[in-house]
Amino acid sequence: MSPGLIRAKALIKKEMKAVLRDPQSRRMLIGPVILQLVLFPAAATREVKNNTLAVFDEDGGAVSAEILQRLTQTPAFSRVVRVGSDAEARELIDRQDAIAVLRFGPRFSASVAEGNPEPVQALLDGRRSSAAQVAASYVGEVLAGIPLRQRSSPPETSGLAIRHWFNPNLEYFRFIVPSLVAIITTSSALIVTAMSVSREREQGTLEQLLVSPLTPSLIFFGKAVPALFIAAAQATIILCGGVFIYAIPFQGSLALLYLCMIAYVAALAGVGLLISSFSATQQQAFLGTFCFVMPAILISGYISPVDNMPRWLQIVAQANPLLHFIVIVKGLFLKAAPFPEFASHVGALLIIACLSTAVALAVFRRRLA
Amino acid sequence: MMPQRLRRIVTLCRKESVQIIRDPSTLLIALVFPAVLMFIFAYGINFDAGAVRLGIVLEDESPAARRFAETYAQSPYFHVTFGHDEHAMADLLRAEQVRGFIVVRGDFARRLERPGDTPTVQLVTDGAEPNTASFVAGYVRGAYAIWRREEAIASGRVMPAGLTLEERYWFNPSTVSRNFLLPGSVTIIMTVIGALLTSMVVAREWERGTMEALLAAGVTRLELLLFKLVPYFCLGMLSFSLCVGLTVGVFDVPFRGSYLTLYLVASTFLLSALGLGLLISTATRNQFNAAQAALNAAFLPAMMLSGFVFEIASMPAPVRAFTRIIPARYFVTAMQTLFQAGDVWSVLGRSLAGLAFAAAFFLGMTFLITRRRLE
Amino acid sequence: MSALAAPTDASSVIASTHGLSKTFPKADKPALAPLDIQVRGGGVTGLVGPDGAGKTTLMRLFAGLLAPTSGSIRILGKDPLRDADTLRGSIGYMPQKFGLYEDLTVRENLDLYADLKGLRGDARRDAFESLLTFTDLKRFTDRAAGKLSGGMKQKLGLACTLLGTPKLLLLDEPGVGVDPISRRELWRMVGELLSQGIAVVWSTAYLDEAEACDSVVLLNAGKVLFAGAPRELNANTRGRVFCLKDFDGSARGALKQARRDPASMDGVVQGHAVRLLERKDARLDVTRYGLGTQARLEPAAPRFEDSFIDLLGGVPVVDSRLAKVIPERPRDDAVVIATTGLTKKFGDFVAADHIDIEVRRGEVFGLLGPNGAGKSTTFKMLCGLLAPTSGEARVAGVDLRRSRSEARQRLGYMAQKFSLYGDLSVHDNLEFFAGAYGMTGKAVTQAIERMLEIFELRGVRHTATQELPLGFKQRLSLAAALLHGPEILFLDEPTSGVDPVTRREFWTHINGVVERGVTVLVTTHFMDEAEYCDRLTLISRGRQIASGTPDEVKERAATADIPDPTMEDAFIALVAGDTA
Repeated sequence: MSPGLIRAKALIKKEMKAVLRDPQSRRMLIGPVILQLVLFPAAATREVKNNTLAVFDEDGGAVSAEILQRLTQTPAFSRVVRVGSDAEARELIDRQDAIAVLRFGPRFSASVAEGNPEPVQALLDGRRSSAAQVAASYVGEVLAGIPLRQRSSPPETSGLAIRHWFNPNLEYFRFIVPSLVAIITTSSALIVTAMSVSREREQGTLEQLLVSPLTPSLIFFGKAVPALFIAAAQATIILCGGVFIYAIPFQGSLALLYLCMIAYVAALAGVGLLISSFSATQQQAFLGTFCFVMPAILISGYISPVDNMPRWLQIVAQANPLLHFIVIVKGLFLKAAPFPEFASHVGALLIIACLSTAVALAVFRRRLA
Repeated sequence: MMPQRLRRIVTLCRKESVQIIRDPSTLLIALVFPAVLMFIFAYGINFDAGAVRLGIVLEDESPAARRFAETYAQSPYFHVTFGHDEHAMADLLRAEQVRGFIVVRGDFARRLERPGDTPTVQLVTDGAEPNTASFVAGYVRGAYAIWRREEAIASGRVMPAGLTLEERYWFNPSTVSRNFLLPGSVTIIMTVIGALLTSMVVAREWERGTMEALLAAGVTRLELLLFKLVPYFCLGMLSFSLCVGLTVGVFDVPFRGSYLTLYLVASTFLLSALGLGLLISTATRNQFNAAQAALNAAFLPAMMLSGFVFEIASMPAPVRAFTRIIPARYFVTAMQTLFQAGDVWSVLGRSLAGLAFAAAFFLGMTFLITRRRLE
Repeated sequence: MSALAAPTDASSVIASTHGLSKTFPKADKPALAPLDIQVRGGGVTGLVGPDGAGKTTLMRLFAGLLAPTSGSIRILGKDPLRDADTLRGSIGYMPQKFGLYEDLTVRENLDLYADLKGLRGDARRDAFESLLTFTDLKRFTDRAAGKLSGGMKQKLGLACTLLGTPKLLLLDEPGVGVDPISRRELWRMVGELLSQGIAVVWSTAYLDEAEACDSVVLLNAGKVLFAGAPRELNANTRGRVFCLKDFDGSARGALKQARRDPASMDGVVQGHAVRLLERKDARLDVTRYGLGTQARLEPAAPRFEDSFIDLLGGVPVVDSRLAKVIPERPRDDAVVIATTGLTKKFGDFVAADHIDIEVRRGEVFGLLGPNGAGKSTTFKMLCGLLAPTSGEARVAGVDLRRSRSEARQRLGYMAQKFSLYGDLSVHDNLEFFAGAYGMTGKAVTQAIERMLEIFELRGVRHTATQELPLGFKQRLSLAAALLHGPEILFLDEPTSGVDPVTRREFWTHINGVVERGVTVLVTTHFMDEAEYCDRLTLISRGRQIASGTPDEVKERAATADIPDPTMEDAFIALVAGDTA
């Protein structure tokens, strides 16, 4: 082994021990992963379920009864409440006791009989406009499916066949679990690298390192590798959870995923080291990490699609390693994507890694002068 | 005795404030960072899909098929990429270059001509992005219906009338997602500021040996709690005002409640967030663990389980129950109500009670585990 | 030390303990065994003892920061825990690491503690006025506490503690890391307070300070070995203290030979002589030392230090086994460390001004000076941790700032502050440094085992280093610095805060490696340690004000009043002459 390698190995071993020796730290690295694995895929859904629907039926005909009957069978509405007035309906929405009120006018049945049905009115809670819009689309689908007996000609069959690849039932957790692989590893890897350098600075051990034969680049390397181990361990837990608990089959190459993880953690370590080279204390390193992690999660495509962002923000988001890694993990996990299809994202990660590490090294060296 | 005690607290608060002001990173987190986040929430988070990238594979080059494809190409809802090879298009879908693609088969025109027959058009979406996939499906369905109606009119047939829904949105008539996202995002920002800033401040006094000197000077547990709370409370309220100012003044989100109620709710929430941070800081003795705990106990739950991004009602019952212990949940509801509906006390009362309980719980716990002695 | 003319007979008991004991949870041994001591007003009660003796625990019990396991404490007739509120103003406690807020100014720190002690109005103004004058901090009221020198920090800590005029003053090792001048000033300040009838408990590792106390309590492993006036203790050693004089060769060599005599319990170099302590039941035999025919023993007056070592059973480590494991370096007399015009400026402030030193192989070279004089700056530039503004520093022929790691491989470094990994065990720390210096395989295990044995760290091999007493930490730091067999050793205040027995062992080890041709550069605040240096330089206000062998430096300070100054006298005189 070359002397550089021996030194790096010693540093990595020490770093791992420092992180894993304290039982509280060990729990901090594993506990949240399990909790998030259990809670988030279940929590994160764009479907709208278990809502209360209020109905103001001034008509009381058979069609509205059928509509209500069908609506209660959808998971979107677990409860239907009848109200006797507009005021009462508004009151329910104000109190958030109902997400929407359906109103059938007094001439509803009659208009249906005439073959010119008047629209069903829906009053929705705009505070939760996202959920309300989804709820409205459910109601719309139910309405479209109601057979009207007075119809003159038989309904034409739609020629549109829709298939959702990689996730036939559009289950949200199939999207969340691969994203979690990226999200959860992000904060740990960053905190491990960013805080460990400033901890050495704060406790005076950095000087001890600098008078030893370890060079700054070797020190950086030694800080990055433990982050990789921790990230890989956490990712493995989530992958296992995804495959065995959520029964999402892993489609692509597992080896390729771990290889890409090296590129990702290198990018994260670069950013972490960059933060640490600017901070004097652990507190500053932590706050710096946070200033990076939070926007990074927000514009990663995890919370809302990158496509929906304005153009300039999409360009900024290209500097976000999390965005690239989520695409890679989803591609490998769900789509069995071959390497060339996401090679550009791996390239982006490597560029981020090189740039951030180079700047971090330059800043680190300058601060020593 | 009381004025003397008060003076001690004022002194300690002043000391803490001077330290806050001297540390640029604290001010950065409290004043600059919220503004940056507000902009990201305003521009970066958007659940209303704009134009989606759609691929169309035309195996049939007939005028009828072209007319069909034109419906999509001319719609403002789509950016269309044309192709002739289904496999090539599938690769584009996998690489997220398109969010879905339509396949028009070679027999499209022929089947369209044939009475009683309907050509099959296949839409494939990227289910790995379920939200976008359902938007794509919805848009394509809508465009397809329009095409059908136009075809019917062109061929002189009468389309049967169906039941339709007339939607009206209370509070947010144009369903601008910014109107509910920005008030909600204030919650996230406040959680972060409250819990993050305080998560290390107690551990730091221990590490630097200043705690021993304070204790020796007879500082009591209550004084300890208060002097860590009050300055950060003021700082938190300052950044809250900044966020509200940006939301209303810059992003034009309407505010329908009263500011008095807003500040009452916000202060209660801030107390609970600060309480959580102080609890973390008191319970963990090293800063690394405090950092991990703050991130995992404050930020991620506030993001995922507060009802801000994901509907609580849609979550499974056990998760729903779990959200009840997350203060951010109550604050999100209160903020969205205050901004868009006004002072609806039936909603605000419940939220306020939840927040007050959370604040009392976290602060009480912190008080209980604060050690007055060195063991 | 300034003489303390406090009337001890007229004093009353301010604090007392009755059967006081303290056992920490999860500890197998009590930190303090049942203890009965009294602290009287108008005098200084010295608290001395080796590391881990229980000095800090006792201080904290007095301050009401710990609850006794059994027994009781009465301070002014009250219980420090139960009557904390009423006693608050009566007790002033200065912890070992006094918690100054480094980002607050001197004034703000004082304000904080004045408010906490409820000091207001005229009383407060007067107190600030007198304390700032007293501590000579008036010029620095607007400076951040973090930017003060070590000595000034301690003075500010003392000033904060003295606010509200306490009846009982508890000072936990106020002299650690403080230069002799500041230490004398601290002592003088406390002395002036005694006339007001207050009681002072002063814990210290400096036995000359202990000797000047009105009474001392000597603790060891939680038990009282001695309580009474320091002079009483000296009766034990009368007739057993000698000065070895007129020997051939170096004092260091003579010390080594003399310590090999089983009849010797302790020995220190003192200029051209070696001070020796004889066992009760044996006689020193100077003829067997092989130090020439002139060598002779001259009886000397016992000091508290001799009695202290005597009570603790002597210094066991006689010979450093390090000498056997450190590779022998050629005796080529080569210049190993050299600086020319080494200068460092921070803005307008010149921290080091044209420092020129030259250290030859196998020499012990001392860097002395008051706190803030520029020792650490010079030291850091030598190690390559700080870039000089101008001038050059070469170590082993290279500039460490530009050198590759091979050059750094040749030196060992021990920082001023304990800077090993506190959350790792003793073994893991050594293992890491072995790896960092490129050692592999068997060599690592062997080296670690050797160091654990030589430095007696076997018993704590799996203990996290942050839980170790200071003496152990310092031993471990030295072990880590020596693990890879360096040819140059940088030691920055290696014995700061360490008890006398451990300090002796430390120097035995240092002398051991020097014998093998290792070059040592050391800074220290213990002037008796400066005697171990072959040559030294005294730095004041960034400039070298005196250089040479210890004797040459002492000679320069000799006056008609003090014809034969101690190193400490010389230090004070020379620095005072420079700053005057």
